[in-house]
Amino acid sequence: MGVPAVAVTADPLDIEPLIALVGAAGDGAVVTFAGLVRDHNQGRQVRFLEYEAYEPLAVRALQRIVDEAKGLWPDARLAARHRIGRLEIGEASIVIAAASPHRADAFAACRYMIERVKQIVPIWKREHFDGGDVWLEGATADPDDEAARVKAYRTACA
Amino acid sequence: MRVTVRLFARLKDLTGAGELIREIPEPATAHAVWNTLVAEWPALREYEKTMSVAVNAEYSRMMATVKDGDEIAFLPPVSGG
Repeated sequence: MGVPAVAVTADPLDIEPLIALVGAAGDGAVVTFAGLVRDHNQGRQVRFLEYEAYEPLAVRALQRIVDEAKGLWPDARLAARHRIGRLEIGEASIVIAAASPHRADAFAACRYMIERVKQIVPIWKREHFDGGDVWLEGATADPDDEAARVKAYRTACA
Repeated sequence: MRVTVRLFARLKDLTGAGELIREIPEPATAHAVWNTLVAEWPALREYEKTMSVAVNAEYSRMMATVKDGDEIAFLPPVSGG
């Protein structure tokens, strides 16, 4: 395996290489997701976002999610890239591709990946808005939290 | 013994440092390392209930024993994606 399934990078993200990475001749579906920087949040006018990662653990956590998904949807293949650094409005902070012989597994694996990213991957965004900046804080990261894992699974299969 | 402490996001802002070296007596847990930081920066205390800890870039627990040369990372609630 030359190209890793997951990575954290400061470079702009491109979904096409990920589609090529996960694809196989037996696939009937590839589902992609791109998370974008939007211009508003909680009533604030967002200027840009700044992402920071604990890189070695972020890569391990992303790989852990891919492995979890492999257990849940054995026929699906997943790949993801998360960007760090300064991101402007409209840029992608994360891209995910999931391929599978059938669409249900591809949709589910893709959704599971983004839900788990938000739960356990050590990456943080600082929102720079009109009038100030703030570190956003979401989930307490605990990969062994079974309730969180089940919640992500249920969301993926909803 | 000597450990490296890594801090991220708001924890880094509160201390003004993303990486610190600390001498602590053996044996020690990650929690003991955290307590030395809280003694220096009391504002950190509010994160005790919500943060996660990693030892040598693997998720761990506050009661985990740490060794000389270990890297202990304290992680505020994550907000990737």
